[in-house]
Amino acid sequence: MNAFDWTMQLLGILLAIGAAPVLLGWVNKCRAWLQNKSAPSILQPYRGIRKLFHKDAVIAQNASRLFRLAPYVVFGAMVTAAAIIPSVATRLPITRAADAIALVGLLATARVFLSLAAMDVGTAFGTLGARREMMIGFLAEPALLVVIFVVSLTCATTALPIIAERLSAQSFSLNPSLAFTAVAFTMVLLAENARIPVDNPATHLELTMIHEALLLEYSARHLALMEWAAALKLFNYACIGFAVFIPWGLATSDAPLGLALSVMLLGVKLTIAGAALALIETLSAKLRVFRAPEFLATAFLFAVLGLLVRLLLGA
Amino acid sequence: MEFIVLLATPLLGALILGAFGARRWGPDANVGFSLVTFLSACALTSRVVAHGNLSVAHEQFFIDAFNVFLVTLTAFVGLTTSLFSRPYMRIEADHGRVSGGQLRLYHSMYQLFMATMLIALTTNNMGLMWVAMEAATLSTVLLVTLYRTPASLEAGWKYFILCGVGISQALFGTILMYFAAEKVLGSEGVSALLWTHLNAVKGQLEPSVLGLAFVFLLVGYGTKVGLAPLHNWLPDAHAEGPTPISAVLSGLLLNVAMYAVVRCKVLVEGSLHSSLPGRMLMGFGLLSVVLAAFLLWRQRDVKRLFAYSSIEHMGIIAFAFGMGGPVANFAALLHMTVHSLTKSSIFFAVGHATQKAGSQIMDNIRGLITLSPTVGWGLMMGTLAILGTPPFGVFASEFLILTTAMKQQPWATPILLLALGVAFAAIFGRVQSMVFGETSAKRLPHPPALIPVFAHLGLVLMLGFFIPPYLADWYRAAARLIGGE
Amino acid sequence: MNPLSWDLQVLNMLAALLLLLSFAMLSQRRIVALVDLLALQGALLCIATLLLAWRTGNRHLYVSAALTLGLKVIFLPWLLHRLIRRLGVYWDTEPLLNITGTMLVGVLVVIFAFGLAQPISALASTATRNSIGIAVAVILIAFLTMITRRKAMSQVVGFLSMENGLFFGAMSATYGMPMVVELGVALDVLVAMLVLGVFFFQIREQFDSLDLKNFESLREDQ
Repeated sequence: MNAFDWTMQLLGILLAIGAAPVLLGWVNKCRAWLQNKSAPSILQPYRGIRKLFHKDAVIAQNASRLFRLAPYVVFGAMVTAAAIIPSVATRLPITRAADAIALVGLLATARVFLSLAAMDVGTAFGTLGARREMMIGFLAEPALLVVIFVVSLTCATTALPIIAERLSAQSFSLNPSLAFTAVAFTMVLLAENARIPVDNPATHLELTMIHEALLLEYSARHLALMEWAAALKLFNYACIGFAVFIPWGLATSDAPLGLALSVMLLGVKLTIAGAALALIETLSAKLRVFRAPEFLATAFLFAVLGLLVRLLLGA
Repeated sequence: MEFIVLLATPLLGALILGAFGARRWGPDANVGFSLVTFLSACALTSRVVAHGNLSVAHEQFFIDAFNVFLVTLTAFVGLTTSLFSRPYMRIEADHGRVSGGQLRLYHSMYQLFMATMLIALTTNNMGLMWVAMEAATLSTVLLVTLYRTPASLEAGWKYFILCGVGISQALFGTILMYFAAEKVLGSEGVSALLWTHLNAVKGQLEPSVLGLAFVFLLVGYGTKVGLAPLHNWLPDAHAEGPTPISAVLSGLLLNVAMYAVVRCKVLVEGSLHSSLPGRMLMGFGLLSVVLAAFLLWRQRDVKRLFAYSSIEHMGIIAFAFGMGGPVANFAALLHMTVHSLTKSSIFFAVGHATQKAGSQIMDNIRGLITLSPTVGWGLMMGTLAILGTPPFGVFASEFLILTTAMKQQPWATPILLLALGVAFAAIFGRVQSMVFGETSAKRLPHPPALIPVFAHLGLVLMLGFFIPPYLADWYRAAARLIGGE
Repeated sequence: MNPLSWDLQVLNMLAALLLLLSFAMLSQRRIVALVDLLALQGALLCIATLLLAWRTGNRHLYVSAALTLGLKVIFLPWLLHRLIRRLGVYWDTEPLLNITGTMLVGVLVVIFAFGLAQPISALASTATRNSIGIAVAVILIAFLTMITRRKAMSQVVGFLSMENGLFFGAMSATYGMPMVVELGVALDVLVAMLVLGVFFFQIREQFDSLDLKNFESLREDQ
């Protein structure tokens, strides 16, 4: 763990924080293209965040300390998660600090704080959003955990970097269990990041909101941090998906060339993933809220099927 | 030679009657084909009695002591039922309950049904036995729904689905058996599915696989036998079709399914060297007897009543085969014979009774003895026979089974006795009021043809007193073959 | 981990997809889609049989694959589609248990099936012995599909799916049954479907619907 490693780690974190809004912008651009609309610039989310930072925060009178703290906690959790996930390299110091299950716990912490903060002010929509968010989370978390179990079984470890290394070292083979868990993971990604078909990120109808409802009371820098955290969450999930299902290209040593290659490859993967996400969103319709559990039950089912197939067929 | 005639005649009959069954001579042709089948069955039997076991067509078919008498019994009951069905279906057509197309279907499916049962009884290939059993079910589904009433459609649906699902389990069991056999007999040709080959190497077959296979086979073929708790289709299917079909379903198909179960049991017991198959059969048998006896009390339809009686008797037969050993097997084989004859004769009498009364509900049938003494006495004697009254044959076989049970499985004897007693009370009470009750109807101008009824009852009576030596030898040889202890 | 040869990998993938299709049929409400899923199941079976035939050199597996293609992929789905159009049954929306509950029961059933098949897989000598558990799972899930349905057509599709599972089980455990038996089974299935076709019309004539709640009238005291 020399200074070079720590510098790379820091750069990696800054890259994640910096690139997350671009990913969001790219997804929005692709969606607009698919819908034959003129697209906003890819840097639009930055402008939105900068605008919010310039504003004055307006906070309800009965808001508690939690309400003010929550954006920082959530953002901090996402940054920590970004540090843990091996997005460009597998040998960086913090990447080895926690395993995949701790990662899920970290994401859960963020969700809990978000929901508590929404309920804090006592408005109807905040509570509505908080309940819906917890319902989605309650069903999505087991699915995510089973996905991690399957991958851990395949690689005999729960540490994400080692999983990525082992999977990238294998020659290509058709693994039905990994295929099923990939589908399950995509569905969980859609649910957790408030994309269609579970939630419409661009909706302005409060009764259909899940994620947006949690942010209704926030303004200025708090809202900016929350939105940045949401973008970072999507980035994190995408990187988890890459590490597990498309791990080739990750730098496994700290050679500068390998790292640079890995960063470029990450850019390519994110571009394709963003376009794919936009395609899925355009082709699906938003589910009614009471059908969201069915969607997530299907994700859970896929994950469990992947586990059973892995146990039976050994593949 | 006789074998080819045996199988070809019903198949040919099915084809011809499919085209011409609605003609005036259709029912007569039906009887004709059945007669030829019966005669070739008798010829085959004498050949087997004289020369021992017979193998036909490169061991694809195998006739030994166990199935030869079943073949003759099937052909005989097929003949007498076709005799009964001649006037019966004519009257049904006159009443307008069946149309020309339905008559064609009826006659051709009847012959096809006979053919599939004979194939199932004589084939040596376990897979083909399955195919024939399923074909037998399929050929009768459309017959059960012949009258197109809501109740018959429901009965037909339950029959199709429940028997279909059940028999799929039997297919899985057959696959497992093939799987175990393939290791020992190789996968060339069909050797691993031939019963004779399997019987020769049954000690070498993998016990765990065969045990699992037997569970599936018992559940599968047991559904077709009507063992509780898989019996739900039986009362409906036997009650809703035309009476000749009820007679052959109750009298013949249940026997064929039982035969399939016992063939499998012989193999599995040889491999497992434990009494697990026997105990399972005994369990299912006892459950059927008890359940049927108590459900008899709630029946209001006469054909359903006797369908439950079939379940009860099949339970007794299953119990006896489960006990195993020479005496129990002998008794079970005897019981299969006499039950078949008696039940079909009862259904003949009931058929005429329901046709006269125009209803199957027992409360609407009264005073059969005044209406027509032959029908009344036929039903009364048939009922007494099936309930195990001496000197009928059913008493002899039940007596043997009970005494063996007292020696080998004493705990089961009170249960059996109780169930038999409950059934006696239920059936006798109902039939008594049907035959001797008050009625204001007048006596029929002409007596219905009831020769088949009395022919069957006569045979059963004879078997109660005296079993011809060759028959006794058959039974003993078959009992030895089935083995078990 | 040493990777398996590519044909075994594809066979494993096909087996997993078969399992997935059974679950998809378990939760499907549109009857037309149900029949299409059945046809897809038949197609996967055909491909698996062809691969096995190529791998083991067994001639009769080629014939088996052709039979599967003709019967289960082409003829039976066509027959069922024709029945659906003429009878006008398109939806089966009232299952016995809600979809999520059915799926969870399905998962339990699969676990049971895998456990049941364990001793058989241990004894088998075929390359595909691990898929026996999947075959048993497909059979049991088809059984579950039949139990939780209200429309007669869905029960029939479940029944055919059970036959598919049995066929796959025979293939995984013993590279298929002898040809004569397979022909017999195929004939039985064909005749069963034809009989059913006639049967459905009779039912519809009588009840004006193919809903199975019309079939609950025969009771014990009748």
